[in-house]
Amino acid sequence: MVPLSYYLVLSAILFACGVVGFLIKRNIITIFMSIELMLNAVNLTFVAFAAELRALSGHVFVFFVMVVAAAEAAVGLAIIISVFRTRETLNVDRVNLLKL
Amino acid sequence: MSIITYIIVSIIKIVLVVFVLLTAVAYAVLMERKVVGHMQNRWGPSRVGPFGIWQPLADGLKFIFKEDLTPPYVYKPLYLLAPIISVTMALTSIAVIPFGPWISAGGVQTPLQIADVNIGLLIVLGITSIGVYGIALAGWSSNSKYSLLGSLRATAQMVSYELALGLSLIGVLILAGSFSLRAIVDAQSGTWFGFIPKWFIFQGQIVAFFIYIIAAYAETNRIPFDLSEAETELVAGYHTEYSSMKFAMFFMAEYANMITVACLASVLFLGGWSGPVFGPPILRSLLPVLWFALRVFIFIFIYIWVRGTLPRFRYDQLMAFGWKFLLPLAIANIIVTSLVVALR
Amino acid sequence: MHLVLFLIFGALCVGAAINLLVQKHPINSALSLIVVMGSLALLYLLLGAEFVAAVQVIVYAGAVMVLFVFVIMLLNAGEEEVLPHTSRVAVTLGIPGLIVGLAIGVWVIAHYAGLDRVNIGGPTVSNGTESFGAPSFVARLLFRDFLLPFEVTSILILVAILGAVVLARREE
Repeated sequence: MVPLSYYLVLSAILFACGVVGFLIKRNIITIFMSIELMLNAVNLTFVAFAAELRALSGHVFVFFVMVVAAAEAAVGLAIIISVFRTRETLNVDRVNLLKL
Repeated sequence: MSIITYIIVSIIKIVLVVFVLLTAVAYAVLMERKVVGHMQNRWGPSRVGPFGIWQPLADGLKFIFKEDLTPPYVYKPLYLLAPIISVTMALTSIAVIPFGPWISAGGVQTPLQIADVNIGLLIVLGITSIGVYGIALAGWSSNSKYSLLGSLRATAQMVSYELALGLSLIGVLILAGSFSLRAIVDAQSGTWFGFIPKWFIFQGQIVAFFIYIIAAYAETNRIPFDLSEAETELVAGYHTEYSSMKFAMFFMAEYANMITVACLASVLFLGGWSGPVFGPPILRSLLPVLWFALRVFIFIFIYIWVRGTLPRFRYDQLMAFGWKFLLPLAIANIIVTSLVVALR
Repeated sequence: MHLVLFLIFGALCVGAAINLLVQKHPINSALSLIVVMGSLALLYLLLGAEFVAAVQVIVYAGAVMVLFVFVIMLLNAGEEEVLPHTSRVAVTLGIPGLIVGLAIGVWVIAHYAGLDRVNIGGPTVSNGTESFGAPSFVARLLFRDFLLPFEVTSILILVAILGAVVLARREE
């Protein structure tokens, strides 16, 4: 059997990878993917606790987190596309002027 | 039964199913060429063996001996990965499809299905969703404008029609009450008045059936929805830069997807393997599989018939049709089905 | 048996997450993220959450990541450029440091809460025909106790669709 803390540690490692990716990467799409990674790590914690406490509301909450993540990805990518159209770059360090 | 027996039986089933599926893919290609040929008032392949029976063998040999050219400007890892994803996903989704009832052979009882999971339908939908990556990565890694354009269009088309596909199946789920494909078939057993079978297509899902068929044509990139691989438009779309075995893998994936879709339609709408059974026990076990194969064969014939008859959609017509017509129709079907079930 | 499977899929998960950080081209990062989501779906299956695992594959790995890959292909995102004022020492030491630090912190907290003596992943109690995470039980919760959040999330998706369509529209 697998102790609960193993799942929590795995989730923490994934969350840390997401945070690190968010901080050190310069490509806006990769930053978004790190956000998705963080959300997935949190989902794993929810499902692990739902299995331990035998409460299915953990699964329902995972469902909602997925919905929110999908909506955020859609809108975020639309924003990226419209920013790319004007600035012609995907590097966040170069998007540093309010008006071109 | 013990774990060793289970593993051995499963391996036998897997080998049988894969063998039958690959042969069916090869002969579906032959069937398409012959049927389209006859529709165009010519013989299809007819030289290699009587009625062209050995043509798939000749095609396979040709693919093996052709030069496997890898253009120097492609992005190698994804170029090699894309056909692998396509063909793996196409061959895997057959694992949850039931071909017949439980049989007992040599004292072992086993269902005619590789894996009876209670979320079988969701697994098929999930594997179809992953299969989109094969096309997306193929076009992108080929580093050529026709491939990229073809794969962008194909990806957008497949993602759009996946929605209508999934939603059209919800009516069936409401009537059957389970995601397991075997339970869905069992919910369609029996007849009304002794001769009208209780298939879901007669239980009111006729609209869902047509939505499913149209969405399935779009998912498998077949005419009238094959703009992304049309020769007159985009050279060959996302598989322009592929040759020999890798192209054969894409080709196989397309026909295997067709067969999977046909199997799924017969399981969900046409009652699976129901049909008259008679005779000695060995015949009783094999006749349902025959009825199932008959339904799949009719489906593939309809697929090929539509291919030979209809012109293809333009891309904007295709997207407008999927989003503005099929999706609201599928949602309306769900609403009507749930009202009928709730008021029952 | 569960432990072996957990270790395999957990290692796959962490390996793919680190690959996401290490790769320079966003398409490789996207593919690594798909591997992460797939292995997470397998871990959910180990935890008895079959509906959530299926939804993870269909929604996350099969739709959201297709969106990411599509945008990367559309915008032809090239390789990342490293700007000169990034400190390489901070990046090389900080990444493993943060990961290890957080993992140790969580393990210590879980140990003192007694959570490393709790065992999950055993034979899940089934209700006759349906197992623990079966769709029917999740659906009962979702459509009865959590009906209001469900409707609110559907409005959220509607707003997101409208927003995405308006934002990505070409200025005519």
